Amino acid sequence: MTVQEVRLCGLLLQQHFGNVVEKVGTHLIRSGVLTLRALAYETKLPLDLVKKSLCVLVQHGMCTFGAGRRGPAGPVEYRINCESIIHMLRYPRYIYTAKSLYGDTGELIVEEILQRGQMTMSSTVRTVADRLTNNMPEGQSMDYSEVVSAFSRLVETHFLQRCPPLASAGSSSSTLDTPLPAATQPTEPESHPDCYKLPYINLTGQGKRRRSSEGGEADQRAAKKARTDNSECGDDGIHWQVNFQRFHLHFRDQAIISAVSCKLDQSSSEIVRTMLRMSEVTTPAHAAFTQALSSNEIFRALQSSYNIARPNLDQYLSLLVDDPMEFVGKTGDSGGGMYVVNLHRALANLARATLESVVQERFGSRSARIFRLLLRKRHLEQKQVEDFAMIPAKEAKDMLYTLLSENLVQLQEIPKTPDYAPSRTFYLYTVNQLPTARLLLQHCYKTVCNLIERRLYETKENKRLLEKSQRIEAILASLQATEAEAAQLTEVEEMITVPERQQLESLRHHINKLDSSENQVDESIFLLESYIKSTQASR
Amino acid sequence: MAGKGRGIAAFTFNIEALGLSRGSMPETQRGPTPLFPQIEYKPVPLKAGEDEDYMRALKQEMRGRMKDLPFNVKPHAGKGDVERYKEKYTREIKRIEDDNWTPDWNRLPKELKPQKKIIKKKRDTTKNAKISSKDKVEVLNKLDELEKKGDVKSDEEDEAEGGKKEDGEEGEEEEIEAEYDEELEEENDYIASYFEDGDDYGGGSDDNMDEATY
Repeated sequence: MTVQEVRLCGLLLQQHFGNVVEKVGTHLIRSGVLTLRALAYETKLPLDLVKKSLCVLVQHGMCTFGAGRRGPAGPVEYRINCESIIHMLRYPRYIYTAKSLYGDTGELIVEEILQRGQMTMSSTVRTVADRLTNNMPEGQSMDYSEVVSAFSRLVETHFLQRCPPLASAGSSSSTLDTPLPAATQPTEPESHPDCYKLPYINLTGQGKRRRSSEGGEADQRAAKKARTDNSECGDDGIHWQVNFQRFHLHFRDQAIISAVSCKLDQSSSEIVRTMLRMSEVTTPAHAAFTQALSSNEIFRALQSSYNIARPNLDQYLSLLVDDPMEFVGKTGDSGGGMYVVNLHRALANLARATLESVVQERFGSRSARIFRLLLRKRHLEQKQVEDFAMIPAKEAKDMLYTLLSENLVQLQEIPKTPDYAPSRTFYLYTVNQLPTARLLLQHCYKTVCNLIERRLYETKENKRLLEKSQRIEAILASLQATEAEAAQLTEVEEMITVPERQQLESLRHHINKLDSSENQVDESIFLLESYIKSTQASR
Repeated sequence: MAGKGRGIAAFTFNIEALGLSRGSMPETQRGPTPLFPQIEYKPVPLKAGEDEDYMRALKQEMRGRMKDLPFNVKPHAGKGDVERYKEKYTREIKRIEDDNWTPDWNRLPKELKPQKKIIKKKRDTTKNAKISSKDKVEVLNKLDELEKKGDVKSDEEDEAEGGKKEDGEEGEEEEIEAEYDEELEEENDYIASYFEDGDDYGGGSDDNMDEATY
């Protein structure tokens, strides 16, 4: 775990779960694997708080536990999964994707499950139906069956999956018969055969509207009743979680399609979209390319709204194959030509484009030219760089040294004699894509950390002002509910002076900008992470 | 290794190969780089569109919502504070859920389950006294007998056995009490809360058991 990753995980845990969980989580990341007692002792927190924090972390899938080094008879050891903590950055993107694919119902389902880590189907359906009913106009309410159908569609397309079962029943007192799986091999959710099977539940009804006029007691009674209702549905113990990998595959496909539409045109991107959709289920997660599809199949699967005739399709396909970006490759001639989408190469090209654009925006277009040159030609001497890039010697030298000091360019020594004498050694400049991508990924993590810290700083600086505005909003809301006169409303509004209002405005603007930046840096993080993972998988 | 002139800097390699010349060396670094360096090229403006605005709103909403969920573990509040009048209404307005989140214990290791507090230390001390006094009487009797026999070793063994029996009896009694309590609890209508409310009862850790609960 790099320093930046640990820092980022700490900040994300603190934002979402508070300081206690952050302390426990950061300590566990730094130490690797720990038992409960060791963790409590080292963090000097009370034992019950540590227990609660671990429960929260396991619930959200960020911590795994298993039999420790002493075998099944020894104490249970816990380890943190940093990746899933960093996925918290991407939650808005997941929710937005669910919204675009499955509408408001899908959006709320994914949001609820993300917030609570794991949920049973019945409790999800109930909560989402209640939330939707609250937003609907008076008198209407959301039927449970609609929510159930949205849920089933999400499961069918693998966006939601069952949580993997533990090897032990957990509550049995004798640990000898059912040993926990070793902490080093967590059970993959996909290895469970019923991973995507919907349970049969008899859940009928409609969402309940939350009434603010009801007394607290009625709410408590209803809440108690809801809790006892849970056991009536037939899906106890079957918890669902969000399948992050599926979302990532979807994002990857989206990135490839938008790249094709930028480079070529809309129709080619539609063809690539069709090809990707056809091979969604047949391609394993980290494959380098999709299954081979014949041109006839593609033609049949193309939606008629695109209006692409058969000869045009062939022309587009050959254009795609000839393109230097190599998104699509031809693997055979049967069936009118067998075509595959080169996933790994597409990701590598996208990562390369990211690197080039970073260099261009930070160091100027001439440095970017040198960088692209080195990426293409691998190893070049100082003189050759100047000649190929057509940049005067002094400036080329300066730029190369700036890039070298930022570690974006490396120096490779090729000795002529075995004693590495400097006068008899070639010094070549080179760029390695994979290590540079890793470096930029760490820079991205650092950027997000800085953005979060700056936002916390801004919020803290203006805390007094924010609290004042919140109180005034609450007063206004209550006045409006009791239908006060306009004079009273204006009087309350004037409690915030004009310069304070301006300050609030600028504060809101800054925080919005910082939040937006976090979301957009996360897009680069996603691209670079996918490229690195795909390269490692293909090795 | 003097080189051409004594004291004059001479490189051991051909600096032309790296494109340097004597007069134009790059500047050396003087101290650490500034914290906010000057940037030559302004960064590209952010993407601004409906999608981005929606995702940003989602992010801010989620951040606010997570603070109110029971997953946000709060450190122990001060004990003995009366629940303020407004808290009931702030909880309703902010929709702070009760801390009654009970995870599915089948999916978590057993040790994470909070143990029922067994507050029987006072009774135990009296029992202890009784047992130890009984033991004392026994030991004294045995001592008397063994004085007659003149065997010192068996005294120690008896004391050790007496001590172990003590612990064993205590442990069994605690377990019996605990099981009895658990059964009682489950037959209620109330669901045992996982997170005990720090404001109402002494919500301190197990170690500070100075006061008895009411």
